[in-house]
Amino acid sequence: MTEADIDPDEARRLRTKRVENVAKWVLPVAVLALGVWFWDRIVVWNDIPHYLLPGPGLVVETLVKDWPLLFSALLVTVQITLMALAVAVIGGVGLAVLFNQSRWAEMSFYPYAVILQVTPVVAIAPLIFIYVDNRLVGLLLCAWIVAFFPILANTTLGLKSADSNLHDLMTIYRASRWQRLRFLQLPSALPYFLGGLRIAGGLSLIGAVVAEYVAGTGGIGSGLAFRILEAGYRLNIPRMFAALLLIAATGVAIFAALSLLSHLLLHKWHESALKRET
Amino acid sequence: MIAPGLRPRVLEMARIDKTFAGGVQALRQMSLTVGEGDFISLLGPSGCGKSTALRLIAGLMPPTAGRIVWEGGMKAGDLGVVFQEPTLMPWATVAQNVWLPFRLRGQSFAAVRAEVEAALELVGLAGFAGSYPRELSGGMKMRVSIARALVTHPRLILMDEPFAALDEITRQKLNDDLLALKARIGCTVIFVTHSVFESVFLSDRVIVMAPRPGRVVAEIAVDAAYPRDIGWRTSATYGAYALEVSKTLHAAMEAA
Repeated sequence: MTEADIDPDEARRLRTKRVENVAKWVLPVAVLALGVWFWDRIVVWNDIPHYLLPGPGLVVETLVKDWPLLFSALLVTVQITLMALAVAVIGGVGLAVLFNQSRWAEMSFYPYAVILQVTPVVAIAPLIFIYVDNRLVGLLLCAWIVAFFPILANTTLGLKSADSNLHDLMTIYRASRWQRLRFLQLPSALPYFLGGLRIAGGLSLIGAVVAEYVAGTGGIGSGLAFRILEAGYRLNIPRMFAALLLIAATGVAIFAALSLLSHLLLHKWHESALKRET
Repeated sequence: MIAPGLRPRVLEMARIDKTFAGGVQALRQMSLTVGEGDFISLLGPSGCGKSTALRLIAGLMPPTAGRIVWEGGMKAGDLGVVFQEPTLMPWATVAQNVWLPFRLRGQSFAAVRAEVEAALELVGLAGFAGSYPRELSGGMKMRVSIARALVTHPRLILMDEPFAALDEITRQKLNDDLLALKARIGCTVIFVTHSVFESVFLSDRVIVMAPRPGRVVAEIAVDAAYPRDIGWRTSATYGAYALEVSKTLHAAMEAA
């Protein structure tokens, strides 16, 4: 279709849409560039020493120079985050299915899941590290406590949200409890679960970082949070920024990956993944 | 054609009462005999218990009193149901939706592919096996729902106001196609509707129901042979039956 075929109002809307499509990518990049430039100018104009506020150039330089150290720390943090996310998925979905299948189990345990969720993990973590000897297990436990609840809450809601007529149909065709779960409730819960998973992805990173702050030094491989603490003690501010940059990038990467997963699983059928005309 | 009443019996409802926990009497003393090949409409306003009657027949809830007896007992697959909404699984393709009744009996798709394709062909959706429900129009979704209901060759199909949410043109087309379908496979149907015209157009027996409490007030036999041809909708007989059913319905409403 050429623009000659449509009226001025439609042409204007088409133009607006095109401009917005470009702006969606250009604007955040422009804001970033402007922010970095401004940051750099402030440091230069005010002669701020690098142990107070390093310029962006120095941060990137440190990132490259300390890459071996920071990268191994990043691997540790990513590893704990992903393991915590995996355990959160298993625990969250498992509990959701249990609660869905047994009203009694839900009534008995759901309040405690909520209590675990609303208690700040920084308050629980020191206790955990007193009773759990294995550092890795302690970190996982902390990250799990933060991450599992959105998955549990969303999946619970999703399992309940299956169409009531489809439930009737299952009854009429004499579906077993397992078939009802497998063919109706789990697919119905999938979009809800994926929504919870995206939240849990970010939370498990937060959980891993917070837990490491509390756990402090010790033994086997240290993650990015520990590197930040350590660099702070040594007034190595550029390295703190570099590590922070890596943590933020990790969070964005996790979110993007989970969004992609969600799109791949839902784009064929779910409303949320549909592109609308006009 | 065998006259209604002389056909082999499929199911009998005998003096059914249904009272809900809140004390509402949804159905009082309803009796109904369904014969093979019957096309029965349950016609009445909201609250007359017609949907309750369907749910009782479907075994989704037990009656408070009375009994429902299937001739020779009822097996899974003896019953097909079409709801007011298409009630399809949005994550599954058209073919997978129609496969569902077999799948729940543990039959693989390969084993019943021919049956699924035949059912889709019957409702005029032969080329849509791989489509997802969201890619279909409202009328086409309803056709998938009908295909799923008849894929097991059920002895009885229940339809709960299946076309009520569709536009008038689509609804008429689906009514025509439903009659053609009946002529081809001779299915037995109980059809709930609140449209006088739809009930007379489709069925050979119209059960007129009234609310508070839900009950049967009249049974009108529509004596016109199937297949009903294209002239049926405009024939004088059709008009006369529609008038008779309307009057009965009005009288019942006045009395209530």
